[in-house]
Amino acid sequence: MTTPKVLILRTAGTNCDYETRYAFEKAGAKVDAVHINILLANKKLLEDYQILTLPGGFTYGDDVSAGKILANQIKYNLEEDIKTFIHEKKLILGICNGFQALTKAGLLPAINKQHQEATLTFNDSNKFEDRWVYLKICSNKSVFIKEKNVPTIYLPIAHGEGKFVTKDETTLNKIMSNQQVVFKYINECGEEAGYPWNPGGSIQNIAGICDPTGQILGIMPHPERHVEPTQHPRWTRNGLKEFGDGFLIFRNAVDYVKSHF
Amino acid sequence: MYSRIEVFLKNEFPDPIGNNILSEIETFGFHGVSNIRVRQVYIIFGNLNKNDLETIAQKLLVDTITQDYQISDSGLRIADIKSHFVEISRKPGVMDPIEQSVLKALSDIGIRIDGVKTAQKYLINGNISPEIIRIIATRLLANTKIEDVFIYPETPNYDHGNIHYFFKKKTIPLLNADNKQLEEISLCGQLSLNLQEMESIQKYYKTLKREPTDIELETIAQTWSEHCVHKTFKGIIDFNGIKIDNLLKNTIMKATSELNKTWCVSVFKDNAGIIRFDDFYNICFKVETHNHPSAIEPYGGANTGIGGVIRDVMGTGLGGKPILNTDVFCFGLPDTPQDKIPKGVLHPKRIFKGVVAGVRDYGNRMGIPTANGAIFFDERYIGNPIVFCGTVGIIPKDKCQKMSHPNDLIVVVGGRTGRDGIHGATFSSTELHEQSEQISGGAVQIGNAITEKALLDTLLQARDKGLYNCITDCGAGGLSSAIGEMGQDLGALVNLEKVPLKYEGLSYTEIWISEAQERMVLAVSPEKEHDILNLFKAENVEATVIGRFTNDKILRLFYNSQIVGEIEMEFLHNGIPRLERKATWHKPTCEEPNLSEKEDYGTDLKKILSAWNVCSKEWVIRQYDHEVQGGSVLKPLQGIHDDGPGDACIVTPVLGSKKGIIVSNGMNPRYGDIDPYHMAASAIDEALRQIIAVGGSLEQVALLDNFCWGNTNKPDRLGSLVKAAQACYDIAFAYGTPFISGKDSLNNEFITDKETIVIPPTLLISAISIMEDIRNAVSMDIKEPGNLVYLIGLTRPELGGSHYYHIHGYKGNNVPKVDAVLGKKIMNTISQATKQRIIRSCHDCSEGGLAIAASEMAFAGGYGITLNLSAIAADGSIQRNDILLFSESNSRFVIEVRPEHQKQFEKLVKDIPCGLLGKVIPEPLLKIYGLNNKLIVNENIYDLKEAWQAPLRW
Repeated sequence: MTTPKVLILRTAGTNCDYETRYAFEKAGAKVDAVHINILLANKKLLEDYQILTLPGGFTYGDDVSAGKILANQIKYNLEEDIKTFIHEKKLILGICNGFQALTKAGLLPAINKQHQEATLTFNDSNKFEDRWVYLKICSNKSVFIKEKNVPTIYLPIAHGEGKFVTKDETTLNKIMSNQQVVFKYINECGEEAGYPWNPGGSIQNIAGICDPTGQILGIMPHPERHVEPTQHPRWTRNGLKEFGDGFLIFRNAVDYVKSHF
Repeated sequence: MYSRIEVFLKNEFPDPIGNNILSEIETFGFHGVSNIRVRQVYIIFGNLNKNDLETIAQKLLVDTITQDYQISDSGLRIADIKSHFVEISRKPGVMDPIEQSVLKALSDIGIRIDGVKTAQKYLINGNISPEIIRIIATRLLANTKIEDVFIYPETPNYDHGNIHYFFKKKTIPLLNADNKQLEEISLCGQLSLNLQEMESIQKYYKTLKREPTDIELETIAQTWSEHCVHKTFKGIIDFNGIKIDNLLKNTIMKATSELNKTWCVSVFKDNAGIIRFDDFYNICFKVETHNHPSAIEPYGGANTGIGGVIRDVMGTGLGGKPILNTDVFCFGLPDTPQDKIPKGVLHPKRIFKGVVAGVRDYGNRMGIPTANGAIFFDERYIGNPIVFCGTVGIIPKDKCQKMSHPNDLIVVVGGRTGRDGIHGATFSSTELHEQSEQISGGAVQIGNAITEKALLDTLLQARDKGLYNCITDCGAGGLSSAIGEMGQDLGALVNLEKVPLKYEGLSYTEIWISEAQERMVLAVSPEKEHDILNLFKAENVEATVIGRFTNDKILRLFYNSQIVGEIEMEFLHNGIPRLERKATWHKPTCEEPNLSEKEDYGTDLKKILSAWNVCSKEWVIRQYDHEVQGGSVLKPLQGIHDDGPGDACIVTPVLGSKKGIIVSNGMNPRYGDIDPYHMAASAIDEALRQIIAVGGSLEQVALLDNFCWGNTNKPDRLGSLVKAAQACYDIAFAYGTPFISGKDSLNNEFITDKETIVIPPTLLISAISIMEDIRNAVSMDIKEPGNLVYLIGLTRPELGGSHYYHIHGYKGNNVPKVDAVLGKKIMNTISQATKQRIIRSCHDCSEGGLAIAASEMAFAGGYGITLNLSAIAADGSIQRNDILLFSESNSRFVIEVRPEHQKQFEKLVKDIPCGLLGKVIPEPLLKIYGLNNKLIVNENIYDLKEAWQAPLRW
């Protein structure tokens, strides 16, 4: 059993690397944050790692559109390496800006390889918003989610471009029938509801999806911001749990690597 | 040669930006617009064929899922679309962050272009006249100080017309100037130097027997500006016949030196104050203002305000890592009628929205949580809004000291230098007036957060590798101030032509004093030059050697090997004549109003909850990422629905550690109208109260002061400043809480053709405290029915400057005072109780008094409260219900305790004023019984919440 190694890909405007590192380390992984320039200069570097993470932030200022410039860097420079990475049964996690980049690079939902089939666009409210959301787990296809009986997961979102949209109805039906929808936004009663529970106005209340292999996960809310119980907004009311709700994603990924490599 | 690529949402998608503007237009009072669609325009310079442009659009600029695009070579009109076409683009030279990203992204995919510029194009439909379209374009859509507006049939003109600079050394004829000419030289050069200072400079150059060069005079003006040296606070003041030699040393700094706390690591000397955190880290904190630029261009002003204070932390010691932002704003009233807005002034609502957007975009992009703040409204801020930006940083214990050495290289890192922000330091030291926007438009800049973030990421690595010896930020005064300060005890030699420029055409003086953002200056040992330049290169951040420090204590400036300036550091830093000014203060004659008592105070209560200064600021708070970095323990919004108003915020900067940091602020300019001494005292008490309310203690609390005052050349303004500073000493000393850093912004007055609008004396006290165990945190929302509700502290008949008087149109006279001996006892007692974890919720009593605090706790918690005013611990015999409900007496807290902890709690509080007023009830009602046991407030908490949330539900 190896100690799982996580590569946090960073570039100008990456900014959730510290807490993402903490979450993976808490789960038992060894973490390196690597600038994309270094990875592009030495793509073999990727071979040392079993988990690639694109954390939240505003890469390149979200100029043009959120995650787009990083998506292009991946698409035009790292496509083959990522293919190999997935072929080797390794994992990729994209959180918030990372999800935006993976989607725009065509790595999610990846039904027809190499094409962008979905996007994350401006919130219907046209506002950047930071608020906590309830999620339900809709599928166990993703290796990041093994739990079957978790009723809801409570995480914060912080984004202005989080409205998930697919290219067309067919794509949407495909990702649903493929069990690629991993997380949906719900209200505190467990029902799918509109704003503010679905803060951006995503179609079908989609908050996170995986690729057909289940090895790539993209999620708009921030699981790394809820790994400690004191991060919950109402812990002073409800008391302290052992872990924050987001921790299971990191633990599952690390456990997967431990048992597969 | 340029082409246009217009990118827009497909018709089946709603246009949220367009819809927002539509509602803004209606609020503005124009009806008839039916629809607005917005297009992002990329103006691509270079010789590109159609194929290239298609590639650029498809590969980079367009999100094909939601967007379409059009390529054209000129013109605003679009065939087949009948609409008004308005296009807004940044004026040449104004920062456009998108430009750099697009250039980089295109070179990534192998396409070379000469340049790119962005614009927003608005397709406005409806029955509306061209005149109205122009008003909408120039007043709502654009800020014409930094943006060009083109309306079809006009043809947009983006010609930058690169101006070439031809070197010519300029001297200023000073030696033979008379007083009038000296004043003229200062005025025409925007130097903001007074006659006395000009005379000192003249005298100095007479001994040198030569005229000063323009760059020398500018350097002196920057270094001597109020912004940089605080000449008022450090000068000599004759206060009602008593001489005060250095107000700062005699009040604020005196408290610190007398308290002499061992946990104070660095006070009043570095960019930020530093205090001890744990065995490995220290914490630094700085708050400053960015008022005048925000008045002229709110977005850019606030943007660069927050960017600047972040750099202060990055430049503290050998560099701190920012972990928290706090922002406090003062604006005119958002509902001011358009015809009451003075000429040359933006509407307060527009300033408000622009400032919030500026702080949001910069703070969020930097990945720093904005978890604390406040907003204060008063009609006197109409021409002169106040923008306080603060940043907390964490810094390893062994990286808190810095020193440059002779022969160290001067390395400028980060953004490039442009003409932006020329004369910011001197501009901020004068009054604003109608024409300020034209004269000082150059003082305004737009920030580029991503440049600063990349700079931060790289600097922290360079710091940990020990690649530099000293660092400071380029703030006011640009390179001039940064290098002048770093080389103060050494001397420096600078080759100005080496400074990387955004565009050609800058003179040597402009390069030297430009306040272009996102730059810092390092002192690097020559043997580390190679390593540090390589590190910066690897992260795509520019680093350039522009000179070196010397040991002859002379500042020498060269441009292409020609000497353009030579000043002795001694004169530059110590040659400034000390100001001697008169100050007076007389208590204004304010009458206590005689309001008739009422049977029911529900209406008054709701009115106060809806007051601009009390109402919910959720609209603002949610736009800030207040949780990035994962450290938030107590968030700004609290309670069962995450929407109640928290007191202070708590963050833990080292994840996994139990240690936390508490940050709070206190301010109440309305008290200052009655008595600035008690205002300052109350502001300190309020900031400390908030720390205590969330579970902190007075053991390790540091304070920051930020004074925003009117023109202190006028004795009455200066007098009130002295009074406030004296209270800072008295109260900080009594509470045992030292000041560690501070800032002042004087001359906050706006001159119209009719009158001078002076801001109310505005003192912001920011407090920071180290919390040993974050699990002791207490939030303000009521937790469980059946719990007991106490009011701790003494209630006095203190309604002067209160919200209760304000809603009735009065100011009053009995302003809240601080009894720090009692206050300290109360706060220490509450800290003991929170450590024993027997307080379920706690809220400080401030604006609006007990009634507001109880309302907020109830609707945040989702339960009702019953209270009986006759149980209040009151000073003397207060016979009126309204005083008990709304008095704003200091050092008071509303506290919720479980019945099983009643004895334990009451034992703790036996020696301090305390009243058991009532309990939490399951019904959603706030029921308050008056002195005669009659019900005087009986309101549904959701009605109260609605009153509180409605005003800023934008």
